[in-house]
Amino acid sequence: MKILVPVKRVPDPYGKVSLDAQGEVDAADLKWVVNPFDEIALEEAVRIREGGADVEIVAVSVGATDTEPILRTALAMGADRALLILDDDPSDPRWVASLLHSVVVREQPDMILMGKQAIDDDNSQVGPRLAARLEYPQATFASKMTLLGDSRRVRVVREVDSGQETLEITLPAVITTDLRLNEPRYVALPAILKARAKPLERLTGADLATRPAAQIRIVGRSMPPARKAGRKVGSVTELVSALRDEAGVI
Amino acid sequence: MAGIVVLLESDGSHIAESNVAALRFAQDLASIWQTDFDLLVIGGADIGSQIEPWQKYGAASVQVIANSAFDHPTADKIAAACDQMMKSSGASTLIGGATTFGKDVLPRIAEKRELPMVSDVIGIDADPSHLRFVRPTYAGNITTTIELAQRSAVFSVRLSAFRNPMTHESASKASAVGIDTSTLPNRTDWISLEAAARMRPELTSARAVVSGGRPLRDAETFERLIGGLADTLQGAVGATRAAVDSGIAPNELQVGQTGKVVAPDLYIAAGISGSVQHLAGMKDSRVIVAINTDPDAPIFSVADYGLVADLHQAIPELTEAIRSGSNK
Repeated sequence: MKILVPVKRVPDPYGKVSLDAQGEVDAADLKWVVNPFDEIALEEAVRIREGGADVEIVAVSVGATDTEPILRTALAMGADRALLILDDDPSDPRWVASLLHSVVVREQPDMILMGKQAIDDDNSQVGPRLAARLEYPQATFASKMTLLGDSRRVRVVREVDSGQETLEITLPAVITTDLRLNEPRYVALPAILKARAKPLERLTGADLATRPAAQIRIVGRSMPPARKAGRKVGSVTELVSALRDEAGVI
Repeated sequence: MAGIVVLLESDGSHIAESNVAALRFAQDLASIWQTDFDLLVIGGADIGSQIEPWQKYGAASVQVIANSAFDHPTADKIAAACDQMMKSSGASTLIGGATTFGKDVLPRIAEKRELPMVSDVIGIDADPSHLRFVRPTYAGNITTTIELAQRSAVFSVRLSAFRNPMTHESASKASAVGIDTSTLPNRTDWISLEAAARMRPELTSARAVVSGGRPLRDAETFERLIGGLADTLQGAVGATRAAVDSGIAPNELQVGQTGKVVAPDLYIAAGISGSVQHLAGMKDSRVIVAINTDPDAPIFSVADYGLVADLHQAIPELTEAIRSGSNK
């Protein structure tokens, strides 16, 4: 079985993002990591292999050359090889989906396993878009996955607003991962060293697909007004009077 | 048929209350674009019996696709049906709520229709020539303005940002839409839905929300303290990711960047330190109360009222004080 895991380079979720003088995200002091949901997807792919299946894991990312360290991390986590699609503006999910589509056509994976959203633009679009292009089934927000019988079907438990939904889908398919699917392992030094020797192939976005005329663009970024800290109250009695007499919410 | 369609979320047999946000956004957008909008509902054979409350919001029509193929609709089938309907009607804009339903099906439809999508919209530029929309990014730490090249797109609407759709006296006319079910995708089987019985208001629309973190220790204490206070306020219950991860609270209660986003009149955070991820889900609440033993917890920097106290004592005391106050 071949599993394709698209990964995105994003700012460390524990860091603080701010805007520079031009109103762009200030990249100067940011630490860059694998999008946490994609890390969960990688971990799940590794666990499927550890469960005894014969699995090849291919990590793919779209971005500039500075995306390479993210793919090295993916290799250290257990991907067998990596593809870097060089592209200087992967901000439109439709464009990213079309690039990934061309990779799927080339690689013919049985499963595309990826994060439900990237924590920078929070779009939550690429997974379902890719599934639509491929006319594959999709199972988004997976919190549990089980390969069934002949490994041509997967049972997926999804975290939905009303609770947990279970689907069974026939491969090939797109599955997007939610937080509680697993806890990604700590990558130890020997794995990092070993990852340096694994194959990382560079492709050029423009060779894979034709970028359509932009339908959508980002025209501005701003910091939302900071919420003012209020005051500390000394007791529950004081809190109740504040909520009743000042705020009028009880 | 108008160019704007609102896809009403349904589980196949009921139409979700949360659709009011998408309706309000559709009303606002239709007013700026000076056009009208239609509603589309896709569900099982009896779904038509559920549409009456949705006919009062001024939609030109309510299009109903009722077929047993949609008893438990999955994203691939809904997207195929919606695609068929939009293709034949010429509709070029689709609106839905940014719920797990919307996040699942709307981008799939956007791709089939070759449309751009604006996810999680929180605002519209009122100038009709601009086609600009505002959405939160980076866990709500950066607000991003998006511009469309044309009046055609898919929108998912943040529930807490659009409320109270206007009602109209005349009812939207309903019309049944036939669908060719033989061409629907058939590689997804719906197996089950495990949903807790709902005894409280919906988290995303409740007037008051009481949320708890890991210091609640176990599910029984969580329900007794957090649930008890929420019931006193006739509010909903929320939880942090840590509380859900440790099994104290069910996943559907998670508030945050990747959970639900809420903006009630009153948000009470008990035993919650205030991670960036959690703040992204509640910082637009009107009044925030934080109860925490750590006086330096980040939650206090967004709270209107902070109480440094052990929630195991403070919550029962607060519940009792509100209960006896409201009985006066």
